Amino acid sequence: MYTQALNSSDNDDRHVEDAARAAQFQARIDADERIEPNDWMPAAYRKTLTRQISQHAHSEIVGMLPEGNWITRAPTLRRKAALLAKVQDECGHGLYLYAAAETLGSSREELVDAMLAGKAKYSSIFNYPTLTWADIGTIGWLVDGAAIMNQIPLCRCSYGPYARAMIRVCKEESFHQRQGFEIMLTLCRGTEDQKAMAQNALDRWWWPVLMMFGPPDQVSQHSDTSTKWKIKRFSNDELRQKFVDATVPQAQFLGLTIPDLGMKQNANGNWEYSPIDWEEFKQVLAGNGPCNRERLAARRKAHDDGAWVREAAMAYAEKRKSRQMAQAAE
Amino acid sequence: MAVASIKVSETPLVLYTLRRADDALILGHRLSEWCGHAPMLEEDMALANMGLDLLGQARELYTYAAKVEGKDNDEDKFAYLRDVVQYRNLLLLEQPNGDFARTMVRQFFYAAFADLYWRAMMKSKDTTLAAVAAKSEKESAYHIRHSSEWIVRLGDGTEESHARTQSAIDDLWAYTGEMFAVDDSERGLIDAGIAIDPATLHPQWLKTVTSVVNEATLALPKNNWMQQGGRSGRHSEHLGHLLSELQSLQRSFPGATW
Repeated sequence: MYTQALNSSDNDDRHVEDAARAAQFQARIDADERIEPNDWMPAAYRKTLTRQISQHAHSEIVGMLPEGNWITRAPTLRRKAALLAKVQDECGHGLYLYAAAETLGSSREELVDAMLAGKAKYSSIFNYPTLTWADIGTIGWLVDGAAIMNQIPLCRCSYGPYARAMIRVCKEESFHQRQGFEIMLTLCRGTEDQKAMAQNALDRWWWPVLMMFGPPDQVSQHSDTSTKWKIKRFSNDELRQKFVDATVPQAQFLGLTIPDLGMKQNANGNWEYSPIDWEEFKQVLAGNGPCNRERLAARRKAHDDGAWVREAAMAYAEKRKSRQMAQAAE
Repeated sequence: MAVASIKVSETPLVLYTLRRADDALILGHRLSEWCGHAPMLEEDMALANMGLDLLGQARELYTYAAKVEGKDNDEDKFAYLRDVVQYRNLLLLEQPNGDFARTMVRQFFYAAFADLYWRAMMKSKDTTLAAVAAKSEKESAYHIRHSSEWIVRLGDGTEESHARTQSAIDDLWAYTGEMFAVDDSERGLIDAGIAIDPATLHPQWLKTVTSVVNEATLALPKNNWMQQGGRSGRHSEHLGHLLSELQSLQRSFPGATW
């Protein structure tokens, strides 16, 4: 933790009511300037970003589990290496994002603890199971595809460390997305069994992926202030539409059927999709998705099983320090 | 319908190459099992990293074995369509991950060997094996540094970490001898300068291992009975389970391309 060096204490946040500072802050945002860790910022801005960045970090880490489920069963050595490297990338994104969140004054430990306690959210998509190899293709193609739609605008987010993290993350995600599409293409050009596997995966993932963009604009809680602060540049529905329009031709190319028979293209060229079952989304967010309990249990187990290792590393570092000090004193 | 296992013509060079390829695949697979479950994110990264190094080594070696064999086999057929008794890896490397101490001790015993082995193999008269060695040596140099540092931290950390690490050393020690064993099929390759005699690496290996273990306030077992069998397909019960998972898709879908 290095937050002591940062302008992040409650003292500063008390000035949130300081109208002049707030106006100056907003003027910087309006001028498309980047806000950096040592700059003054309203407490609510700090809070919003800490929540968003840490949720993003948790999503990367929890997201390792559904795909990790297939590392030991990947069907070729090339696929195995690519999947292991991909899941490793996600871990790297998580680390990178926790570091970005730390610049706002919360430690990785406290952020992770909040997630393990079930108090912090992560992307609800990772509460669905990966049943076949085609799920790995579908996650790359659609889940990473949707993540990119969400994250590309974040590369221009007003908070510098987050924006810079997103540039790197997006580069890797777009590689993952192509990799996922290529898995799907191989399956769709393969045997009948493989094609059925691909269709089945699309059937299961399509609607949860559309939910990844969040509630419809009319009911979204955070959008207004986030837009004013240039944390969010497009609305949930705008991004969702962009994603659908990009994805339909890809599904057609693969010869797969999107499980929305009422879908049609309007005069503007946009694909109109059927109403989303927001009750399902609400239930998954409330902890009732098919894998919520397992995902949290797996993260808690890794954390608890690793406690003695972290303690040993700390104990050793202490011993070493005191030995060095004793030596220096001689 | 399950897909049947392949036949392999195990000439000395094919067998020799497959043995090293299997070592790398099986240990790489074991390390990949940690992904998402490690004690800290940094170790998720490190274990995946080493797993990827080993998978890369396995792929190069399988591809070379296929070329030398000159039949219809390839890296995936070797990995996915051989049964337990056709696998040629060291028993040490198929041992389950257990706790983090056990994984690190296994890694340490092997990396301390692999680092010396690949460095020596850079002088192989077989240019492909020498090239694989040159790349692998750089990787194993990191693996030995990473695992030695953990052995010291865990051994000289807390009472619990010390006990867990000592217990892993006691259990895995008997699998270390196989790394230095040579059979008739390898003797000819050693004489021809294609392979190196691993027995010549033993003194240096023991020196490294002893020094790290001492620094970690741990001890090596007095018992010098060594298990063998992996090189000729006589494995522990663990390998079959590993392979049933590794091979499940290839075995279940005849003729599919992935």
